[in-house]
Amino acid sequence: MNAMLDTWIDLGAVEEIPVRGARVVKTPRGCLAVFRTGEDEVFALDDRCPHKGGPLSQGIVHGRAVTCPLHNWVISLESGAAQGPDEGSVRRHPLRVEAGRILLGAAVLAE
Amino acid sequence: MLTLDRKDTMTEKLVVIGAGMASGRVLEHLLEQAPGRYDITLFGAEPRGNYNRIMLSPVLSGEKTYEEIVTHDAGWYAETGIATRFGETVTRIDRTAKVVHSRRGETPYDRLLIATGSAPFIIPVPGRELQGVMAYRDLDDVHAMIAAAEKPGAQAVVIGGGLLGLEAAAGLKARGMEVTVLHLMGHLMERQLDPAAGYLLQKDLERRGIRVHCKASTKAILGTGKVDAVLLEDGTVHPADIVVMAVGIRPETRIATDAGIDVERGIVVDDAMQTSDPDILAVGECVQHGTTCYGLVAPLYDMAKVAAGTLLGEPAAFRPVETLTKLKVTGVDLFSVGDFGEGDGREEIVFRDPGRGVYKRLVLRDERIVGAVMYGDTQDGNWFFGQLKDGTDVSEMRDTLIFGPAYAGGVPLDPMAAVAALPDEAEVCGCNGVCKGKITRAIAEAGLTTLDEVRAVTKASSSCGTCTGLVEQVLALSLGEAFVMPAAKPVCRCTELTHEDVRRLIKSRALKSMPAVMQELGWKTSCGCHVCRPALNFYLLADWPEDYRDDAQSRFVNERAHGNIQKDGTFSVVPRMWGGVTTPAELRAIADAAEKFNVPMVKVTGGQRIDLLGVRKEDLPEIWGNLNAAGLVSGHAYAKGLRTVKTCVGSEFCRFGTQDSTGLGIKLERRLWGSWTPHKVKLGVSGCPRNCAEATCKDVGIVCVDSGYQVSVGGAAGMEVKATELLAQVPTEAEAIELTVAFVQLYREHAKYLDRPYKWLAKVDLDWVKAQIVDDPENRAALVARFDRSQTIYQKDPWAARAEGGERHEFAPLADLRVREAAE
Repeated sequence: MNAMLDTWIDLGAVEEIPVRGARVVKTPRGCLAVFRTGEDEVFALDDRCPHKGGPLSQGIVHGRAVTCPLHNWVISLESGAAQGPDEGSVRRHPLRVEAGRILLGAAVLAE
Repeated sequence: MLTLDRKDTMTEKLVVIGAGMASGRVLEHLLEQAPGRYDITLFGAEPRGNYNRIMLSPVLSGEKTYEEIVTHDAGWYAETGIATRFGETVTRIDRTAKVVHSRRGETPYDRLLIATGSAPFIIPVPGRELQGVMAYRDLDDVHAMIAAAEKPGAQAVVIGGGLLGLEAAAGLKARGMEVTVLHLMGHLMERQLDPAAGYLLQKDLERRGIRVHCKASTKAILGTGKVDAVLLEDGTVHPADIVVMAVGIRPETRIATDAGIDVERGIVVDDAMQTSDPDILAVGECVQHGTTCYGLVAPLYDMAKVAAGTLLGEPAAFRPVETLTKLKVTGVDLFSVGDFGEGDGREEIVFRDPGRGVYKRLVLRDERIVGAVMYGDTQDGNWFFGQLKDGTDVSEMRDTLIFGPAYAGGVPLDPMAAVAALPDEAEVCGCNGVCKGKITRAIAEAGLTTLDEVRAVTKASSSCGTCTGLVEQVLALSLGEAFVMPAAKPVCRCTELTHEDVRRLIKSRALKSMPAVMQELGWKTSCGCHVCRPALNFYLLADWPEDYRDDAQSRFVNERAHGNIQKDGTFSVVPRMWGGVTTPAELRAIADAAEKFNVPMVKVTGGQRIDLLGVRKEDLPEIWGNLNAAGLVSGHAYAKGLRTVKTCVGSEFCRFGTQDSTGLGIKLERRLWGSWTPHKVKLGVSGCPRNCAEATCKDVGIVCVDSGYQVSVGGAAGMEVKATELLAQVPTEAEAIELTVAFVQLYREHAKYLDRPYKWLAKVDLDWVKAQIVDDPENRAALVARFDRSQTIYQKDPWAARAEGGERHEFAPLADLRVREAAE
């Protein structure tokens, strides 16, 4: 299993996610949301708002944050933490881009 | 003393050739400052005295009579002792003998004033001598035109789409003639207007039934003995009973040329209005000062003042100033001044409000206004003119300059200082014509302390509300710390601007994309946030339907996924049921879809349709495809747009129904569906006052009565409950539909994002809305036209495209790692 920690899974091309948008990745442990910012950075978070479990992948992406579509919590894509007065945090997942492909750390499957 | 008698032989003799507006003004100045200084003889070719020639247009249109435009009547000449020789043409000036010759012999002068004006330019085409070809220059021309208009169905062709030609055209139209304007250039009044304003003007004239043919080069005037038609170079033939030539004027200089006075294009005068003969002065359209000949009245009056000074031995100098142009056609509001061509080092500020048919353009050079063109709203014209004349540096007020002197909201400069600097007569509230002084007086005298009190007492800010910020600032200035200024609410933390500011600036600066808005309006974030982006997306698509591309990523998920997100992340699917009417086949298709996709709940909605709740997002395209196949389309149950039109059964079945409320509801829904609005819009149509469709708590509610349709607006039955208020009662279904469409478009163009109509109405006032769409049929039609144009782009079933595979990324996961693990 340890080998998987260094393994990366090719999720697809960056262009497959709309700019300032997100796509869902289904895993055995639940859905992830993979975000692409206006600056073409990508981030992966659990697709569950720390507030009431809203699907963050369906929110509006702005700067390096996403607003949950259910109750407008704003979640940092960098830290996974709720912004402003709200408290809570959502789990981040390692992600990198190589040659235009989005690579997800396979550890997410290893738990 | 006898020597003071003006008929005394010692009194100098002034002979004036030409009894027009310029010489009339010279005489007025002379008689005012030194009555009796001269023994005056006035020659005029027309058999009448001085009248206000620029008011000929109202005489032609029938709005004024000749008597009303007379400046100097017989009594005035008698009183002032001026010897009048009307209808008598001066044929020659003998400068050596210092006499002028006319039919009745010689008249001696000491000083001579030439004010022969100008002659209309007749283009040298075959047929120009035919009977019925006329100029538009004096009262005789006007009489000839009025006589021609008496023939029923008479047709007029006006050659020349400049100031004069258009006034003639409008006047002839008002007299009942069929009128066509031929204009050589690409747009009307090209010397005063730029193409955009020319276009608005042409549209306005066409709306009045005047045909306009630009780029029309006249080849010949056809007819035998009298005019029959005008033939253009491109072969077009325009039938005509009369042809009015209004292509331009040329200074009438013959008499001066013959006398050996310096003449170029016009009679050459110096700054004192003296010709090359020191005893002879000239004023008016016949003169050339520097290299310029003048045709507008303001510089002619300036010349008159100078000439009078010269005649009285008081040195004065004519200094040409910029002149402004206004068109005297009732209901057409245009203004132009200065130089508004494009060029290096020039910048422009443009404001367009298609809603009101308003266009304003300022041309700046070195931070100074050098030209201004305004159409539709010329209220601030004189103020811009003042800034131009004074050469004011406008860099400090550039951002708000286009809004004129009354504007002081928004971000730039110190708004309080700007308000403090406003003079008392500056208009604050354009709707109700309330100036700053009236408000400050009311505050002082009636002890007003709040905005509402100011509204109640002065009416300022009580109509469209756009001056609210300004009124508050006046209050703050008057009351000092006693007045707590309500903080303007910015859209969000990305900007200091309010929704109203943003909407206005999007229009005025023609910002047509999200990056343009954020860049130009100084957004503090790189790409906005979940609050401002949906609002901007709506404002942009509503204001620029043809230019702006809808940005899905700036929409709330419901409008992106075309379904309502539920708390578990599933979506609801609501097909449209037009007016709440369905068929067994549709119901069968809905039932099949519900079973096929294991829809957990099927519910009848409050809007008379069926909701399939709990559909997984990835199933949406397929279920939509199934429903599409049965002819069902998206019900937009998720949209800030038209939701439902709830109806009762109406006269089709109901024994109380007065009109076909169901049919009207269906027609309204078919017209309005697919349109995006600031917030959701729900309609109701009831077939009688029993109001079974509960129309009077909808955004627009129509209640049918025997005599027609009561269209009422601004109801609410949500967090607030509120009955609609009557907009108007109209006799026909078509009018009810037109009124509704116009109302929705007005709301689309003006409301703040996420304000339902009732909230918006509370801000703008129902009377203002009535003035826009009930009392102003032209504006109503324009709103409807803009709505329909937007619908050509936005009235599309979003389900169909996605059922066919469009926007796949929205619905399908990027990757499914469950499968991968299973494989491993």
